[in-house]
Amino acid sequence: MITPTHYMLLSAALFIIGVIGVMVRRNIIIIFMSIELILNAVNINLVAFSREWQHAVGQVFAIFVVAVAAAEAAVGLGIILAFYRNKETVNIDEMNLMKW
Amino acid sequence: MGQAIAFYTLSAFILGFAVLVVSTKDTVHSVLFLVLDFLFVAALYVLLGAPFLAAIQVLVYAGGIVVLYLFVVMLVNLKRSPEAHHDPHRRARLGFVLAALVLIEVGAIAAYSAGGPVRPAAPQAPPTAAATAVSAMRAVGNTEEVGWLLYTNYLIPFEVASMLLLVAMIGAIVLAKREL
Repeated sequence: MITPTHYMLLSAALFIIGVIGVMVRRNIIIIFMSIELILNAVNINLVAFSREWQHAVGQVFAIFVVAVAAAEAAVGLGIILAFYRNKETVNIDEMNLMKW
Repeated sequence: MGQAIAFYTLSAFILGFAVLVVSTKDTVHSVLFLVLDFLFVAALYVLLGAPFLAAIQVLVYAGGIVVLYLFVVMLVNLKRSPEAHHDPHRRARLGFVLAALVLIEVGAIAAYSAGGPVRPAAPQAPPTAAATAVSAMRAVGNTEEVGWLLYTNYLIPFEVASMLLLVAMIGAIVLAKREL
């Protein structure tokens, strides 16, 4: 029998993989993809609880998460393009323009 | 039992492809693994009884966001020169084989679904009170249920999300423009 605990464990594992990707990789595009993985982990949790309580509000919130992820991807990739045009790199270790 | 098998299989694929996304060296391969990961998450949504969200996952994530990522990877990643793809005919053959497979699949679906009715008629809601209308709406299906919530209880967050998307669109255009 698959309980919500199983889905929470899957979601936590996916979240941790995303966090490891954000922490370890230096390519900013891969870091953005890891953030998408994290948002997917959150969505799995929301939908699992939506089924547990037999109420669709979790799915509604998951749709909002998808909308925010789309906005984040658009703006973030625009920033990546602008940065690449200036410095010819996507390595975040070289992104120290605003570092004090 | 079948649900447990489906859950564990989908979980193994989701986690495996997630590990591949964060560990692959080639960024293009990483994006393609991300597509597969999103598709398996969509299958998990179907398993969880949320087919509308699964369709949104496939359309918005696997269809929209990942294409955006691919465009940026192609615009940014200059490590592989175009001369690296030196055998175009093999790819052409592969493309024809894939196209033929898709054609056969679509034809099989059309031949299979031509016989019976496509979908049964929806049950008519008795025109009494609003509460029974809501319950009848809930009985219809997942899409109607989500849409009902989205356009009644969560109308203001829905409109705010549309404003957020507008702002993000303008911001992305301004950021990606070469000169302001």
